[in-house]
Amino acid sequence: MSLEAAPLDMKTQVPAKQPDSPWRIAIRRFTRNRLAVIGLLILVVMVLFCVVGPWFSPYDLLEYDVKNKKNLAPNAEHWLGTDKLGRDTLLRLMLAGRISLLVGLVATAISILIGATLGALAGFYRRFADTIIMRIADVFMALPTLPILIIMGAILSDLKVEPKHRVYFLMLILGVLGWTTIARLVRGQILTLREQEFMQATEALGLRDRRKIFRHLMPNTIPIIIVTATLGVAGAIIAESALSFLGIGVVPPTPSWGNMITSANSLIDFRRRPWLWIPPGMCILITVVAINLIGDGLRDALDPKMKK
Amino acid sequence: MSEVLLEVDHLKKYFPITGGVFQRRVGDVKAVDDVSFTINKGESFGLVGESGCGKSTIGRTILRLLEKTEGKVIFNGQDIHKLSKEQMRGMRTKMQIVFQDPFSSLNPRIKVGEAIGEALLDHGLVRRKELKARVIETLQICGLADYHYDRYPHEFSGGQRQRIGIARALIMNPEFIVADEPVSALDVSIQAQIINLLSDLQRDKQLTYLFISHDLSVVEHLCDRIGVMYLGSMVEMASKDELFRNPLHPYTKALLSAIPVPDPTLKRERIVLKGDIPSPANPPSGCKFHTRCPLASDICKQEIPEYRNVGDNHFVACHFA
Repeated sequence: MSLEAAPLDMKTQVPAKQPDSPWRIAIRRFTRNRLAVIGLLILVVMVLFCVVGPWFSPYDLLEYDVKNKKNLAPNAEHWLGTDKLGRDTLLRLMLAGRISLLVGLVATAISILIGATLGALAGFYRRFADTIIMRIADVFMALPTLPILIIMGAILSDLKVEPKHRVYFLMLILGVLGWTTIARLVRGQILTLREQEFMQATEALGLRDRRKIFRHLMPNTIPIIIVTATLGVAGAIIAESALSFLGIGVVPPTPSWGNMITSANSLIDFRRRPWLWIPPGMCILITVVAINLIGDGLRDALDPKMKK
Repeated sequence: MSEVLLEVDHLKKYFPITGGVFQRRVGDVKAVDDVSFTINKGESFGLVGESGCGKSTIGRTILRLLEKTEGKVIFNGQDIHKLSKEQMRGMRTKMQIVFQDPFSSLNPRIKVGEAIGEALLDHGLVRRKELKARVIETLQICGLADYHYDRYPHEFSGGQRQRIGIARALIMNPEFIVADEPVSALDVSIQAQIINLLSDLQRDKQLTYLFISHDLSVVEHLCDRIGVMYLGSMVEMASKDELFRNPLHPYTKALLSAIPVPDPTLKRERIVLKGDIPSPANPPSGCKFHTRCPLASDICKQEIPEYRNVGDNHFVACHFA
C-alpha cells in the first residue's frame, strides 16, 4: 500500500464553491436564529394578507349598505363582520394594512436617506460639517415629537388636504422627524472606521473621497443601517397608528389600523362590537413584534463581534 | 555616492494633549523630535527602536498620512508636505506603505481583487479591461494564485493577507515603500517568507525601502543602513555592518545584546536596561536616554548630546562615543 502525496502546490488546488461573502455568512447566521425566522414568516404572511388579500374579497372598499348590513357580527359572508356603514371589516383591515405598512416603510426610507447621508458626511469630513450637522440633529432631537405631529396634523386638516394625500404628508413628516437616530449611528460608525488601518491604506493609495465613502465606509455601515431601519419600521407603524387613532394621521375614509381602532372610543362599539377594534389591534401587535424579532435576528447575524 | 531619493530634514511630529473644559492644549506628545536622515535610491533603510519610540509615526509622516509639525520631507526633490491635495494624490502612486496588522489593513467587505486593483482604476492608470490581468499578475508575483481574486480577506491566513497588502502596494509600481513592521504580526516561519518576498521584489523592481521594525535580526537580513531610535530621536545611524560590528551608543549596544543567539553554551554579556521608557510627553532633560543608561553621568542630565558624524557616515548622539 502506498500513500499518495497530497498536492502541496497551491495552484493545483481547484477553488471550492462560491466566495464566502460577509453577506452570505450573515444570511446563514440569520436562518439559524429560530425566533427571527418565525418573525420573518409572520411578516411575509402579513404582507401577503394585506397586499394579495383584497383581490380575493368579493366586496369593494366604497361599497356600503347602511340599511341592511349595519354592524353585523362576524358571519359566513362577512368573516369579521361589518361596521356602522355596513362595510366589510376584513377588507378594510387588509387595505388598512397596506397603508400602515407603506407608511412605516416609506417614512423609514426617508429617515435613512437623510440620516445616513448626513451622518456619513459628518463622520467623514468632521470639523465644520460635523458640528453643523450634529447640532441640527440635536435640535431635531430636542423637538417634542407628539405636539409637533399634532400641530402638523391640525395644519393638514386646516388646509383641507384630501385624505388620500394626507398619507404622503404623514410619511414625509414621520420620515423627516426620525433621521437623527440613524445619523448619529452612522456618524459614530464612520468615526471608528476611519481610524482603521484599511482607511489609512485608502489614503496612502490616494483614492478619491467618493470611493472612500461609498466603496469603503458605507458598506461597513449597512449592517447597522439595516438593523435600525427594521426597528424603525416598527416604530413608524406605531407612530402612524397612534396619530391615526387620535384622528390626525390617516383619516377616514382611507382606512389604517390606527384609525380603525378609533371605534373603541365609542362605549357601545367597545363593549358590543369587539370585531371592529380587536383585529386591527392584533394586526399592529403581531406586525410590530414580528419586525422586532427580525430586527434582533439581523443584529445578531450582522454583528461580527457576536460570532457564535 | 548614489542618488538621494528621500530626505527627511529635522522632522518633528507632536501630538497635542488637550484637557480641561475647553479642550485647551496642555502639552505635546513628542512622537518624532527632530529626526534627519536620507535614503538613497535602491537602498533599504532600517529603522529600529522600542514600541512607542516614534518609528511608525515617522513612516506615516513621510507618506503624509499624518501632517508634520516641523521640518521637511523631500522626495525626489519635492517637499511632500507642500503639495496640494491633488498633487499629493498623484505622488501617492510613487510611494506606498505595507502595514503592520494584516487583519485591520484590509477592508472585510471588499474582495481581494478589487482591493488590489481599485487604486489603479481610481488613478486612471489602467483600462478596465486590462485591470484583472494586471491584478492577477501582481497576485502571482506576490506568491498568491489567480483564483484568490474573488475571495474575501477573511478567507486568508495572516501571511497571505500580508502578501495581499504587499500586492496592493506593489501594483502601483512605486519607487519607495514604507514597510511598517510588516512581519511582526506573523509567525516566525511566515516571517521568513515575507522577508524573502520583500527582498526579491526589491531586487526585481529596484525598490527603495524604509523598513520599520523592532526586530534587529530582521533588519540585519534586509537592510543596508540602520537607524536606531529612542523616544522620538535618532540616537545612532550607520551602515548595517558598521552598526553590528561597532555599536557606539549604549542603547544600541543594549539592543544588540538582546538578539537571541541559537547557541545555549555561548556565554554573552547581556546589557539589561532598567526601568521603562519615559513618557514622550515629558522627556528627560539632556540626553533622553540618561534615565536608563549604564554610563550616565552628570553631563548627560544637563546637555543634549550632539548628533554627529564619527567618521564613515556613522552618526551617533552620545557624550561618550
